[in-house]
Amino acid sequence: MLSKPDEPQAANAGPVHIELRPQAQHAVDAPAKLRARDVSVFYGDKQALFDVSLDVPERAVTALIGPSGCGKSTFLRCINRMNDTIPTAKVSGRIELDGEDVNDRSIDPVLLRARVGMVFQKPNPFPKSIFENVAYGPRIHGIATGKRELEHVVETSLKRAGLWNEVADRLHQPGTSLSGGQQQRLVIARAIAVNPEVILMDEPCSALDPIATARVEELIDELREEYCIVIVTHSMAQAARVSQKTAFFHLGKLIEAGNTDEIFTNPRDSRTQDYITGRFG
Amino acid sequence: MTDAALPKAGPTPADLRAAVAARLKARRAREARFRWYGRLAIIAALSFLAVLLGRIVTQGYTTFLDYRISVPVYVDPARVDPADPMGANYDLLVADAVLARLGEQDDARGTLSGKAMQLLSTDLGFQLLDKVRADPGVVGQTVTVEGSVRADAGLYYKGAVDAELAQEDRKLDDQQIAWLDRLQDQGLVSSGFNTGFLTRSDSTEPEQAGVLGAVVGSAMMLLVTALLSVPIGVLAAVYLEEFSPKNRWTSVIEVNINNLAAVPSIVYGLLGLAVFINWLAVPRSSPLVGGLVLALMSLPTVIIATRSALKAVPPSIREAALGVGASKTQTVFHHVLPLAMPGVMTGSILSLAHALGETAPLLMVGMVSFVPGVPAGFTDAATVLPVQVFIWENASERAFHERTAAAIIVLLVFMIVMNLVAIVLRRRFERRW
Repeated sequence: MLSKPDEPQAANAGPVHIELRPQAQHAVDAPAKLRARDVSVFYGDKQALFDVSLDVPERAVTALIGPSGCGKSTFLRCINRMNDTIPTAKVSGRIELDGEDVNDRSIDPVLLRARVGMVFQKPNPFPKSIFENVAYGPRIHGIATGKRELEHVVETSLKRAGLWNEVADRLHQPGTSLSGGQQQRLVIARAIAVNPEVILMDEPCSALDPIATARVEELIDELREEYCIVIVTHSMAQAARVSQKTAFFHLGKLIEAGNTDEIFTNPRDSRTQDYITGRFG
Repeated sequence: MTDAALPKAGPTPADLRAAVAARLKARRAREARFRWYGRLAIIAALSFLAVLLGRIVTQGYTTFLDYRISVPVYVDPARVDPADPMGANYDLLVADAVLARLGEQDDARGTLSGKAMQLLSTDLGFQLLDKVRADPGVVGQTVTVEGSVRADAGLYYKGAVDAELAQEDRKLDDQQIAWLDRLQDQGLVSSGFNTGFLTRSDSTEPEQAGVLGAVVGSAMMLLVTALLSVPIGVLAAVYLEEFSPKNRWTSVIEVNINNLAAVPSIVYGLLGLAVFINWLAVPRSSPLVGGLVLALMSLPTVIIATRSALKAVPPSIREAALGVGASKTQTVFHHVLPLAMPGVMTGSILSLAHALGETAPLLMVGMVSFVPGVPAGFTDAATVLPVQVFIWENASERAFHERTAAAIIVLLVFMIVMNLVAIVLRRRFERRW
């Protein structure tokens, strides 16, 4: 347990007291679902990521932590090729999903994104009904056709996201009429409706209040039994609470990665230590 | 920092507060003046609008008042041969019937009936002809025909003929004026709403002229313009905004589109004349060629409006769609375009309303000809409302002046309706995100 009450705390200090859950050790030792090797990203002439190599295990939550602008979101977006939408972005290196390079020409990004779902920082449900939000993905991918199947998929996804009880009687109201926390759970339901293998989350709770945050973290904990989850977070307490593996980024480089408890109790690199104790970031 | 080296103390907080308070009065005065400038500008704009509309309405509202005469006519068998209805002079018959009602006796040369004919619309004679043709049995009987009085007689009734002037200076002499008064006293002449103005087409006789042909021509031309400019414009804008790579070529295209929006419309008319009429042999003066020319003219405006509507859709929607595995096309057509719809609709309808009022390019493609009927198809000769206004304004008959203003009123109503449609459609398609 990290506890340094006599250490001068910076204004945006890290946690004084972090509660670590007893993590399943085998989760981190499981075969890697995602393997990144020497991934570099350039925005025009500016390099944002420098030769990042990381293994992401299956059925576990991997947290990417680090100060602002250190490249965590950039790395996350490489995994489902969302950086393709930025014209000046250039990605080099290999990112393997189950052994296949995602940047290979033979891989269709549309199918890749059905296997690798994404949840964004600010909840962005479609301006359609709640039902349509969740049904859209399965419909376009042909996972469910016809009213019955779609209704079944929507109900299952909303139940798994823990939102069903709250919206079952108003499925045809717009998705934007929900509260922030509910919208984020709707977005998670939307992501899992297409049966992904990996779920990427880019600071999913940063726009939510603490109670909604707790609900979403509970949900992440339930989901990790089925999916490989990668979460970018600014909050180290959150990383410690939900993740089994943690990777620390700084200025575009991966400084250290390993089991969450080890990173938080016994980091090998001094920069990791400084970040965790709140000396910077 | 030593006390000895300190400069004289600067303004105290109390001094600063006093300075701020002093300036406050000047600031408030400036704001109040600025608000007044705004109010004055609005008042000036509204006054101009009021003067413009006021003039048009006062000039044109009398058109909607129609003076009609109802005359029982004895169909003299000596003058009308049932076997050859076309051989009789029906205008004369009607004029003689009117003279009979007035108790006037005509001279051998028929000067009085000639004068009476000037008070009656030729429509009355045509009605009589139609009745005889439909049923030759009416020969020998008395039938009633009802129609408008002639243009100048109508003007007299509306008070537009100055009886003080010398006879030679006006269209109606004293005797005709006296007859008109007596006809009105006898009850043969009544006034009512001029439905004929809205149900008839152009005519050389002002009292028979209406805007129907022009309205139908405008509507057909607008249909062609809408069917061409909206789909092509929206799809072009979608391609340029979402799909095309951003390189030098697309910049050149964008600059050219913006410039084309500013090209004088008459140039499009010349283009239409050269390409559509001369080269492609599209029928001259038809709603088809008018629509083609105006579609070209509206295209840049639609493209620009659609592009800015697309740019206004937040990127979070696109990312959300892509994140779920939608392809680029699905993202654009299922998510981005529906959200951009209000802007697209507003831009399209406003550019169509603008096209409705265009005159110069249509003059070049021949829509300035006299078209007495309603066009039946897209390749028939037609005219449009603004051109109709132009034709009537140039006509020599005085009665056409009030009709010009009335046609402008119809045109303005058309445009107001289109703008209302734009507002309604926009609100219907608006979605919150």
